[in-house]
Amino acid sequence: MLKWFEKQVPKIVLAPSFIAILLFVYGFIVWTGWVSLTRSRLLPKYDIVGFIQYERLFDSPRWDTAMSNLFIFGVLFIVISMFLGLLIAILLDQKIRVEGVLRTIYLYPMALSLIVTGTAWKWILNPGLGIESVVQGWGFENFKFDWLINPDYAIYTVVIAGVWQASGFVMALFLAGLRSVDDEVIKAARVDGIPTTRIYSAIILPSMAPIFLSAFIVLAHLAIKSFDLVIALTGGGPGYATDLPATYMYALAFSRGDIGQAASSAMVMMMVVFAIVVPYLYSELRAKND
Amino acid sequence: MTDFSTNQTTRKQGRAGQIALRWGLYLILCLFALYYLMPLFVMLTTSLKSLEEIRTGSLLSLPRNITFDAWSTAWSKACTGIQCEGLRPYFWNSLLLSVPAVMISTLLGALNGYVIAQWKFKGSNLIFSLMLFGCFIPFQVVLLPMARVLGILNMAGTIPGLIFVHVVYGIGFTTLFFRNYYVTIPQELVKAAKVDGAGFVRIFWSIFLPLSLPIIVVTVIWQFTQIWNDFLFGVSFSQAGTQPVTVALNNIVNSTTGVKEYNVDMAAAIIAAMPTLLVYVVAGKYFIRGLTAGSVKG
Amino acid sequence: MSVMLEVKNLFKNYGSVEILKDINVAIEKGDFLVLVGPSGCGKSTLLNCIAGLEEITAGDVMIGGQNMTDVSPKDRDIAMVFQSYALYPTMTVAKNITFGMKVRGVDAQTQQSKLAEVAKQLQMEPLLNRKPGQLSGGQRQRVAMGRALVRDPKLFLFDEPLSNLDAKLRVEMRTEIKRLHLDLGATMVYVTHDQIEAMTLATKIVVLKDGIIQQIGTPAEIYNNPKNLFVADFMGSPAMNLMPATTSSAKSGTQIQIERENDEPLILNDKAGLNLPKDVIVGLRPEDIVEAGFRAGTGVQTATCMVDIVEPAGADTYVMTKLGGTEVTTRLHAETQATPGKPLEFAFDLGKVSYFDPDTGSRLN
Repeated sequence: MLKWFEKQVPKIVLAPSFIAILLFVYGFIVWTGWVSLTRSRLLPKYDIVGFIQYERLFDSPRWDTAMSNLFIFGVLFIVISMFLGLLIAILLDQKIRVEGVLRTIYLYPMALSLIVTGTAWKWILNPGLGIESVVQGWGFENFKFDWLINPDYAIYTVVIAGVWQASGFVMALFLAGLRSVDDEVIKAARVDGIPTTRIYSAIILPSMAPIFLSAFIVLAHLAIKSFDLVIALTGGGPGYATDLPATYMYALAFSRGDIGQAASSAMVMMMVVFAIVVPYLYSELRAKND
Repeated sequence: MTDFSTNQTTRKQGRAGQIALRWGLYLILCLFALYYLMPLFVMLTTSLKSLEEIRTGSLLSLPRNITFDAWSTAWSKACTGIQCEGLRPYFWNSLLLSVPAVMISTLLGALNGYVIAQWKFKGSNLIFSLMLFGCFIPFQVVLLPMARVLGILNMAGTIPGLIFVHVVYGIGFTTLFFRNYYVTIPQELVKAAKVDGAGFVRIFWSIFLPLSLPIIVVTVIWQFTQIWNDFLFGVSFSQAGTQPVTVALNNIVNSTTGVKEYNVDMAAAIIAAMPTLLVYVVAGKYFIRGLTAGSVKG
Repeated sequence: MSVMLEVKNLFKNYGSVEILKDINVAIEKGDFLVLVGPSGCGKSTLLNCIAGLEEITAGDVMIGGQNMTDVSPKDRDIAMVFQSYALYPTMTVAKNITFGMKVRGVDAQTQQSKLAEVAKQLQMEPLLNRKPGQLSGGQRQRVAMGRALVRDPKLFLFDEPLSNLDAKLRVEMRTEIKRLHLDLGATMVYVTHDQIEAMTLATKIVVLKDGIIQQIGTPAEIYNNPKNLFVADFMGSPAMNLMPATTSSAKSGTQIQIERENDEPLILNDKAGLNLPKDVIVGLRPEDIVEAGFRAGTGVQTATCMVDIVEPAGADTYVMTKLGGTEVTTRLHAETQATPGKPLEFAFDLGKVSYFDPDTGSRLN
């Protein structure tokens, strides 16, 4: 009896967390999925009527904007952050004397709340008093920079702020990757007389493929979940010009009282995330268990 | 190239080129540093200027007359909607909710990680996988049901409710951190302790916990940063008196009443960012370790 | 003498994989049992099963006459030394050694006196206040031993305790373990993949392969009368020479014919009247093939073979020659005049020969 209990202790310890995850993650996904198939409005209803909410969602021009914004934002955010992160990482990898200080400077935005980042950039990009007036003050009197209030360009301000926040983090990832490359391989290449640029392009970068993948996953994940930054920077505006799926979902759930729509948009978001993350996690876990 | 003197000139040229390259490198790196520092600089200088100076001066200029009025307004008088008590009460809310949430989720993560890494049982890997997948869901998918559950539990709009939410959605990451750390500790250690007569709890308490300081620091910092900086749960599950500081900051910045006080906005933003920035400056090494551990495999 | 450890019909499966198959071993008080075999043979698993660290699928483990099959490791009255030493990294050496007593609620005074005793025995008094991280490999090994000794258990279990040490230290510690065994008269079970360790330490050896016991016996039995080709090949260094041969009956005993490249077959006559099949594998240890004139006895036969390679090793010189399609190692005296490419007359001591069935691998004589 005592021995039986002893054996069960690990399971008993893990149980509360497991139940919590089961209920509050997987149970809730099922609940949201269920509700997304009903006519729920202000209050949830539980009679399944089919994909009517998804039809409404895909017919909604606002959702359309949100999805295309996610695409624009996601692609630019990921590509620019990766490029900038990799560039800085390679530059920092050249035995720079003050590397520690520089690294600290490049990475601190990651410690900030996206609300703070949004607030700061909102001020910097302020059409009357921000960058615009600075450049005008330098003598370029016709310089105009009103992206923040221009519906066609506002989404790019989100990219600017997002890249500022996340690229340092990508740098840290890549730098760790650069440092983990087998030193002897690099030495061997040096002895063979291969130039530094070739060493990077032919040996170091290819061996960092897993890091590229990790960085991509993290950034994609950040992009899809982006909510705070848009709220703080543009509030989704002007109009709905910078709406993202996350802000759309929030608006329908908590301001418009359209639970069915909110649920279906959340489910679409989740599927987008899972389409990216599941293959990655699956391969990771499999590699680990082998 | 057989001529000795030619050889030497090319070598000299090569050296000069090297030095120029080096300077160029440092210049580029410094420019990047300026780019990252600029927003902080702008926030700080703006918060120390008067509104008058902001309107007439340049964004990038240093303040002519340093004034802390904006800071005191942001702290105790700025309006977050109808209330005008500044950030102070919300700052305390954030502290009040993040401290217990960090502690509970770290403790649970340590125990879970210990079980998953060292006391494997049939299905424990599956549980770990489920927890890991849970880290990656977009939280939008749980907002609606969680709002209802908090209502049922009578925790809607309360700080305990927010603590609960942060713990539930934090244990995935904390478990991952501890599991990845404990998995590097040889299993023979547990075996040796078992032969010595120690059980599950004793082994955790006497052997694993004393070893865990680095990962505890990483986890606490990660969780604190996450929870302090959270906006989505804060804005979804709090009400007027219980909002965390990020929500209050957003309300101050977006409050439409009266004149737009940019200096107060900036001061408020810095105040809201202060705790996590401080943690970053003091324990940056652990912060980075957490970031990379959270994304790169363990 | 009483039976101290008895393993009866033990099976161990991981899922559908059989790790250990029908293991039966018994040792008496004061025995030194060595479990030896190549990696993956199940020897460490067997040790863990004896310790109770792994559950067994079927069978019984008896320690000191009590059935311990369902008893926790802590209640089996055993102590264990691990390959990685498994010292508790945050505790000092003294705390490492007394932890087991502390957990069991032994009073502080007894703890201290036992600690002092063991520290003296292993000459590690100056190390007591250090942490494992500050110790060398050999010192850590010593602490791990101390942690086991202080418990004064019925059974000591060692899981490849010397394999993380460098060669010189390994030999020193081996001697020390042997001395401890003699001094304490304790019962020990020792896992290793190193057959020299097995030979030098054991009073009884179990050779394992693929979870099946190949042979149980004293070191001499295992060495001189290996039960099958695997044991013959695994135990001894350099390994036993195993030469395919054909037999036919002759006037006196059996004629053994071993093929040679570019030469007449080698013919040997075994005068012991054995009943052998036509095809056999002849096993002779390197020390049983010497230069002619250096061995006498009824079983000794001489023959001339071509020297292939000469490897002086100080005390001996190993000389290779090609026989039966294999490179045969012979162990000659240091002053031999053997030269590569030249013929030399060898003495084959058939008094020590082993015959194996080429199909089943089992011993024929």
